[in-house]
Amino acid sequence: MNSIILLSVLGLGNLFLGFRRSNRLLLPAAMLMLAVVFGVNFLDWGATQSYFNDMLVIDNFSVAFTGIVVLTALVLLPFSQKYVHDGEANLAEYYSLLLFSLVGAIMMVAYNHLLMLFLGVETLSIAMYVLAGSDKRNLRSNEAALKYFLMGSFTTGILLFGVALVYGATGTFVLSDISFAVQNPKPGFESLVPMLYIGMLLLLIGIGFKVSAAPFHFWTPDVYEGTPTFFTAFMSTVVKTAGFAAFLKLLVQAFPAASAQGVWLPTLTAMCVLTLLLGNVGAVTQTSTKRMLAYSSVSHAGYLLIALVAFNGKLEGASAYGIFFYSLAYSVATVAAFGVLKLVADARMREDYNGLNGLAKTNPLLAFVMTVAMLSLAGIPLTGGFFGKFFIFSAAVENGYIGLVVFAVVMSMISIYYYLRPVIAMYMREADDETTATPVPVSGFQSAALLLLALLTVVLGVLPGLVSGVL
Amino acid sequence: MLTVLLLLWPVAAALLLHFFKGRAARVPALGAALVEFVLAAYAAFTFNANHTGQFSYNLNWIPSAGIQFAVGMDGLSLLLVLLTAFLVPIILLAAFRRNFENEGVFYALVLFMQTGLIGVFTAQDAFLFYFMWEVALIPIYFLAGVWGGVNRAKVTFKFFLYTIVGSLFMLAGFVYLYFQTGASADGLAAHNASLASFYSLNLPAETQLWLFWLIFAAFAVKMPIFPFHTWQPDTYTEAPAPATMLLSGIMLKMGIYGCMRWLLPVVPLGVDYWQNLVLILAIIGIIYGAIIAIRQQDVKRLIAYSSLSHVGLMIAGVFSLTHIGLQGASIQMLAHGVNVVGMFFIADAIERRTGTRNIADLGGLTRQAPVLTVCFLVLLLGTVALPLTNGFVGEFLLLQGVFEYNAWMGAVAGVTIILGAVYLLRMFQRVMLGPDSSFTATFTDLTGAELALLVPLIVLVFWIGLFPGTFLHLSDGSVMNILNEVVKR
Repeated sequence: MNSIILLSVLGLGNLFLGFRRSNRLLLPAAMLMLAVVFGVNFLDWGATQSYFNDMLVIDNFSVAFTGIVVLTALVLLPFSQKYVHDGEANLAEYYSLLLFSLVGAIMMVAYNHLLMLFLGVETLSIAMYVLAGSDKRNLRSNEAALKYFLMGSFTTGILLFGVALVYGATGTFVLSDISFAVQNPKPGFESLVPMLYIGMLLLLIGIGFKVSAAPFHFWTPDVYEGTPTFFTAFMSTVVKTAGFAAFLKLLVQAFPAASAQGVWLPTLTAMCVLTLLLGNVGAVTQTSTKRMLAYSSVSHAGYLLIALVAFNGKLEGASAYGIFFYSLAYSVATVAAFGVLKLVADARMREDYNGLNGLAKTNPLLAFVMTVAMLSLAGIPLTGGFFGKFFIFSAAVENGYIGLVVFAVVMSMISIYYYLRPVIAMYMREADDETTATPVPVSGFQSAALLLLALLTVVLGVLPGLVSGVL
Repeated sequence: MLTVLLLLWPVAAALLLHFFKGRAARVPALGAALVEFVLAAYAAFTFNANHTGQFSYNLNWIPSAGIQFAVGMDGLSLLLVLLTAFLVPIILLAAFRRNFENEGVFYALVLFMQTGLIGVFTAQDAFLFYFMWEVALIPIYFLAGVWGGVNRAKVTFKFFLYTIVGSLFMLAGFVYLYFQTGASADGLAAHNASLASFYSLNLPAETQLWLFWLIFAAFAVKMPIFPFHTWQPDTYTEAPAPATMLLSGIMLKMGIYGCMRWLLPVVPLGVDYWQNLVLILAIIGIIYGAIIAIRQQDVKRLIAYSSLSHVGLMIAGVFSLTHIGLQGASIQMLAHGVNVVGMFFIADAIERRTGTRNIADLGGLTRQAPVLTVCFLVLLLGTVALPLTNGFVGEFLLLQGVFEYNAWMGAVAGVTIILGAVYLLRMFQRVMLGPDSSFTATFTDLTGAELALLVPLIVLVFWIGLFPGTFLHLSDGSVMNILNEVVKR
């Protein structure tokens, strides 16, 4: 709870900083705020507390996922340095929107009441709609914002409708009470069972859209491409982490009953297969690194869905731990990839693979960090991504989903194809024109952030035990 | 603890080395590799051939999953660790001959790869083994891809994709096996992945039938066995000489070692069922590689196909499941490593001097370079398996093993010696003898430094050829243990 309060207050305070004419102070101030929130968050460790009549429950699960989202935002901020230098007039607003959207993310990981889930999703999304269109002179950014907003608010409606149907069938919004009502239907309410399951499926659609799981992923490539890269990185990491934590919580605490599982398990399995297929195959055909990362983000939703399918009915143990570790490794690598891409795209004004040509010669550090990120996303050992996949796959094998794992392994073989293309461009191709032959300007601050991200990825890949067993 | 030191030292050196700019990296890199060799030699001298699992070290790596950082050596591991530690300084010296961009990074990658290789040969835990397997792959991808020839991007990509797909199958197999095991030693996790518990699994035959292919896929690609070999000649040709030496001299031994350590004893019933098929594939590879080698015009490609042919024989020896066949494979891994590295070095020396690898463009080098000729001939005869050289000992034992299993197969596999003589001697004749060509008029003989590099290799050619017992007795016990595990069920 400390983190929610602090983020809200600091977010407001940050807006006032915007009254100063200079942007210089904003970046360090925002980073300091996030660092404080990150530290304070862990004060709640080990002591479960509930707020607002059990609408929010802060337990180890929510603290751990809050840690991931705040950390992601913290390591992402250095890449907004260009906005500081360009004297972007709305920088304070951007930072505040990020802080507020984090509040939404935390509500999504800590909710115990479906309305809190709805509020969290909306708090997170509305900030994202604005940020997607923040490059307001760019037509693609406008398109992205409009698309995201229209489709997003439509699915919010679906989510809310699902909440209403579940309430209608069970008479409660509280997760544990829903679970109880599903298992012990009141006499005379049997006819409401279809309504309950329709409501449940609508909830799955609502969250599935936010984490860009197929077939609700169609907005992803266009929106990611149009959104300014800095916010794309935020969108593809924080929203996904919070979404999957919320997903897991919903399934574990509200619908663990065998009868409910009979409905959502085949649905999620189908979504999982479809997401893996469309994400990976879609990414292969891209020529733009940014669109490739968008499709890759879809495919990672597929891997995370495996952990949901291999659910063990608890907020700890293999599947929860798999989601936790995977989200962490994925967020770190994705921020690194988008960070490098933003720096390169700002300097070279292009986002295709060839825009990375010869980067290893001009900027060895950028090329190295990008390579580590790509290897991690592809799940190659020595990087966090490997153990992320490993934990999720072994959770699935343990629960007997061998076919699904084999399919996912084949899909990750395909993914190696597109993740290596930036690496090949950076290391094995020569610069093809003037702009790609000149070094990309990188500040020391950004270099440090990139090194930290690469280091984190490798540490997660060599010593996964450091964060293992926290859940 | 010694094993851990052997693993950590190259990584530590690599981390420091990549800060060195340009040529400043050369001497420290070589120094680090020599220290590693001294460590390995020390291990060999204090090794007791009658014991297994020496210099072992266990650490809880990922306690929640029962995965341990467990390393240790038996005779077989020791042989390959020695080979690695011996060849890496030579490969580094060979790299000195060329002026690479970013040399510091190049040498750092070689040393980093050394850790992966030694890790593969010493791992006692399935996941550590898989992990090290990939640690060895990533540097070679960059070594071949960044410093290679014109087609490097395409060729190394194919190589990477092949090997990684193979290893993912292996990982899937290991994960399956992992869930069949009992609780970890400390009881923290429900399963464990140690070599010993994999050995003690008693899986039903029908499970082993498919499990065999999951695990074998990674080894089949890496060795490579026909028909999984198509990446090999291209990669060997496109990669810079030192990377080719790493690939052919050490990396392909990972596959053979993997078969001996992780395949035969773990899925013996599967091996028993597929034994004939693998032997036939191996023998096809022997003949096929040799026939294609005869037609090659490129020196490097010829050696690549020759290597393919020789690997086939090693695979056949391993899958004969005889004591003598496995012993032959152990010694032939050393012999092949020594010979192929030397051959690639000479091919590189010729290319550096003339700018061509095309056999038709060369000729008459003997007159300008008598020393090079002698060195080349010794290594070549070692490869052809002339008695008294290292190749003879290995091929003899291997063929005897295959004969013991099936005389017809032995007879066909024996053709390799004849065909080997055909293509290798033909190449020698056309490159070193005959009339001069325009490329070779200004050819110079080996420099002192180059000779110094070749001398240890040549010493080993004769040492293994004359006193094979030095090495054979090291691996004897380990081979015995492996076969006991196979026969036990």
